[in-house]
Amino acid sequence: MKDTVRFEPKIIGFLCHWCSYAGADKAGGIQGSYPHNVKIIRLMCSGRVDPLFVLSAFEKGADGVIILACHHGDCHYKEGNCRALQRHSMLSLMLAQLGIEKERCRLDYVSAGEGEKFKRLISEMVESVSILGALQLNL
Amino acid sequence: MKQKPKLAVYWAASCGGCEIAVVNLHEKLLDVDAAMDFMFCPCLMDTKKKDIESLPDRAIAITLFNGALRTEENIEMAHLMRKKSQLLVAFGSCAKGGCIPALANFTKNNELLHSIYIDNHSVDNPAGIIPSGTTAFPEGDMQLTPLLERVKHLAQEVEVDYYIPGCPPEPHQIWNVIETFLAGELPSKGSTIGCGTLTVCDDCDRTKEEKRITAFRRNYEFYPEPEVCLLEQGLLCMGIATRNGCGAPCTKANMPCTGCYGAPEGVGDQGAKMVAALGSVMDIGDTAGLSEEVISERVNAFLTTIPDYSGLFYKYTLASSILGGRVGR
Ligand code: FES
Repeated sequence: MKDTVRFEPKIIGFLCHWCSYAGADKAGGIQGSYPHNVKIIRLMCSGRVDPLFVLSAFEKGADGVIILACHHGDCHYKEGNCRALQRHSMLSLMLAQLGIEKERCRLDYVSAGEGEKFKRLISEMVESVSILGALQLNL
Repeated sequence: MKQKPKLAVYWAASCGGCEIAVVNLHEKLLDVDAAMDFMFCPCLMDTKKKDIESLPDRAIAITLFNGALRTEENIEMAHLMRKKSQLLVAFGSCAKGGCIPALANFTKNNELLHSIYIDNHSVDNPAGIIPSGTTAFPEGDMQLTPLLERVKHLAQEVEVDYYIPGCPPEPHQIWNVIETFLAGELPSKGSTIGCGTLTVCDDCDRTKEEKRITAFRRNYEFYPEPEVCLLEQGLLCMGIATRNGCGAPCTKANMPCTGCYGAPEGVGDQGAKMVAALGSVMDIGDTAGLSEEVISERVNAFLTTIPDYSGLFYKYTLASSILGGRVGR
């Protein structure tokens, strides 16, 4: 019997410096383990996530993108996370039209203390994208 | 007498608007004729494909190629025109980014043909005939060129020397390009010419202030104020994510820019740019104390006004956008 090799999705995480990145750091600090599939890109604020970054990630081979922001009211630049949410919501509608499942592009909130939540979100993301399989573009 | 440089204008999957734009040079056409040998344009004159085939390679100085590549015949003509031309210009938004024909890339060919020939209220087709392949007629067999799996823009098939955007390009810009060509001053190859590098907002003289939109509105809903930025009035004017050079005729006529000149210089994806811009001007009101779910719902409610963001933002550039159309078709 042949071993079935589990599909390992490539996930890009855009994390804001002030909360979510610190949350990821916390996850490391508590020595919890979470899937290694996420490549983290730190930005000063989730408001910096241009939808172009998401599309470029897909173009360059990512199977999923997760954007993690400060909780509402906590953004270091006041409303960067609100802009991120607005962009993400609009982009999600477009991605649906373009045949990309919503599980492949998520936005959520992680504060500096939420190491556990970070682990959970990443695990969920990897799990749902694994089920979908590799993203096939028509390029 | 020195031979005049040859000028050709060819159309692939296009509407003929680019030819109209050429004709809209009006009396300048006489200047074009004085300086160049305008020798091929199926829409306007009777030169045939075989006449082009019989030319030596690179005999045509400049070909303005408009239209997207929808069929195998389009591909064949793209290669022929490339071979016979010194300069091949993707002329207009179809050749540059796919434009309206490339909206077909949101769907599959069989779905598309079904909507056109079967599931269409204005078509009476009881036998359910979908035209394709070879059909026998008393006069002989007629062959339809096959559709490509997806619509391409010109540079996805052949090497393109220059791009002129617009649906259609503005006549004064066509003339600019011809003058620049005749003066031997065309910029480096691969450039987008006959346009600016900034955005339509730079050409638009409406007053622009702080942008805070409390709702998206659509053209049919109201008469916009004639002097105020259309985006500030809630219309999804694409001037902010569209290359300038047209002179903003649409916003002058109280209509929002729909983005026909494509993305400004250095911007990779017009649709992504629109989302980036709109995401920062939407105003969903005070959210203090509201839960994440409620805030999300507010944003989604805000967005429901517009039924088709992708079609709107990629109307002219789907073929050249990052994803190029619906994936996994
Ligand atoms: S600083 Fe964290 S989302 Fe803006």
